[in-house]
Amino acid sequence: MNRLILPLLTLLLTWVGQVQAQLTIEVTGGVEGAQPIAVVPFGAADGAIPPLDVGAVIAADLARSGRFKPMPTQDMLATPHAAAEVDLRDWRLLGMQHLVFGNVSPVSGGFTIDYGLLDVFSGDQLLGASRQTTGAGMRYTAHRIADAIYEKLTGQPGVFSTRIAYVTDQGTGGRVTLRVSDADGFGAQTIVSSNEPILSPAWSPDGQHLAYVSFENRRAAIYVQDIGSGRREPVASHPGINGSPAFSPDGRSLAMTLSKGGSPDIYVLDLTTRQLRQVTDHLGIDTEPAWSPDGASIVFTSNRGGSPQIYRVSSGGGPAERVTFENDYNAAAAFSPDGNSLALVTRVNGQFRIGLLKLGGAGPMRIMSSGTLDESPSFAPNGSMIIYATHHNGRGVLAATSVDGRVSQRLSQDSGEVREPAWSPLVR
Amino acid sequence: MSTNPALAMGLAVAFALGLGGCATQGEGPETVPPPAARPAVGTATPSFPATPQGERFADRPWDDPNSPLSRKLIYFDYDSSEIRQEFVPLLQTHAGYMAKHPQTRVTLEGHTDERGSREYNLALGDQRAQTVQRFMLAEGVQADQVATLSFGEEKPAAAGHGEGAWSQNRRVELAY
Repeated sequence: MNRLILPLLTLLLTWVGQVQAQLTIEVTGGVEGAQPIAVVPFGAADGAIPPLDVGAVIAADLARSGRFKPMPTQDMLATPHAAAEVDLRDWRLLGMQHLVFGNVSPVSGGFTIDYGLLDVFSGDQLLGASRQTTGAGMRYTAHRIADAIYEKLTGQPGVFSTRIAYVTDQGTGGRVTLRVSDADGFGAQTIVSSNEPILSPAWSPDGQHLAYVSFENRRAAIYVQDIGSGRREPVASHPGINGSPAFSPDGRSLAMTLSKGGSPDIYVLDLTTRQLRQVTDHLGIDTEPAWSPDGASIVFTSNRGGSPQIYRVSSGGGPAERVTFENDYNAAAAFSPDGNSLALVTRVNGQFRIGLLKLGGAGPMRIMSSGTLDESPSFAPNGSMIIYATHHNGRGVLAATSVDGRVSQRLSQDSGEVREPAWSPLVR
Repeated sequence: MSTNPALAMGLAVAFALGLGGCATQGEGPETVPPPAARPAVGTATPSFPATPQGERFADRPWDDPNSPLSRKLIYFDYDSSEIRQEFVPLLQTHAGYMAKHPQTRVTLEGHTDERGSREYNLALGDQRAQTVQRFMLAEGVQADQVATLSFGEEKPAAAGHGEGAWSQNRRVELAY
């Protein structure tokens, strides 16, 4: 008996350890009105068991978006793996609009995944493609297929193959860890861990590097780290604060906040020449720079008018113009990928919430969250969702909400706090 | 080292105040930073040169609970870096001591409550520390005696999500 229980227990403990390290994502709203879709379990060559249920990963991605309602596989009457095997009448009767099928075949050095997307009513094949992958890369390939399906059906690029950086904190005296996981919470990777604060992760436009602030030497410094190799270098450790790193859209510069001049101001560091250029100069607080997608301007938080508000300045410097006028606290702005909106932290009736502001004076700010201490908004790279930090049952968790307000998700760890999400760029 | 006149004077003052000998090795505030998981390519230098070895045994009146210098916390209003009137005498006491003891070094650690954005709070903590620094310089403390360090909202003194905790977290700590 014991001989059986011990390995089982070991297996269970290993599994629990892995679960704790990853983000769990729950859809908390949005399945109403979702499109019915059938993702048939992918076929495999005789005797070859693929390391991953590719169809299940695709179905889970589509379900998590809140825009699709994948059919439970046990309700399927047939499991076709190619267009020729599909009897459209079955799927019409089951009320499906679209059907995804596919097949995984071992080839030398890896696998080939063939897949297709059918319109159940017209019978048209909307997608049909083949992708090479490896056992280790199969989950990523499944996300890429889900991205393609999502884009075909919604007209918007999918973000299932993107990643999310976030900070976890095990509580008083515990370690603070910067992690990166896949957008579905799997594959969490530790970037850096410390007993001192770590904050403000920022992605490079190529998705290969993260800039962040670490107090590991008992003072703030900004590091840029290569995610793949783990190699990193300090790029700013001036007297005073070194904060708010933000890569320029061309990846050549890093905007940041330094207080070496006596008060926190915005600077831009050329990452090649290491030349530092001051962009704002004010006695009050200037911080939280965010580049417009075209790189021409930078928005930032300043209390120069008495309370924190968002201002905009040319990235070359010069006079700043105020952007926010509603509410007495607006901070931490993030540009939408199309450059037309800002997500920010705003205070409404004493509650800190995520606001969405259309630039150019079009309409009032929309409040996108319902917490009391919500912060750190970051757009998904297709502009469809905003991820932010909030509290749930007294614990720090992440939440994501679609810009259209239909879909919401909660991302949490089994223990400890999760905060400061940063959504990676789309890397094609 | 033992011929350092400032140190000798400091020791003399300490004994005159009846404070000598109460400090023991190892309880200094200069804590060793924890090793980083992945050490930086270039290691950061400390804000100040290390304390001369002998001075660890010298006067540390801020560790004496009966000394007014043992009060090393001042508190701030929400989103403000103005020194509240009630803390002016305390800061004058600290500044007066430091002006008389030019070998003394202090780091002013600025903190905020958890509300609002983290980087704004890092900047606010910096402004609080710098306000206190300017006050102390105006009171005759030398620039090289005072450093500032903001932790923003990252190191709360009190847990909780209400004004009770928040008011204790909006602070500058004088770390000698």
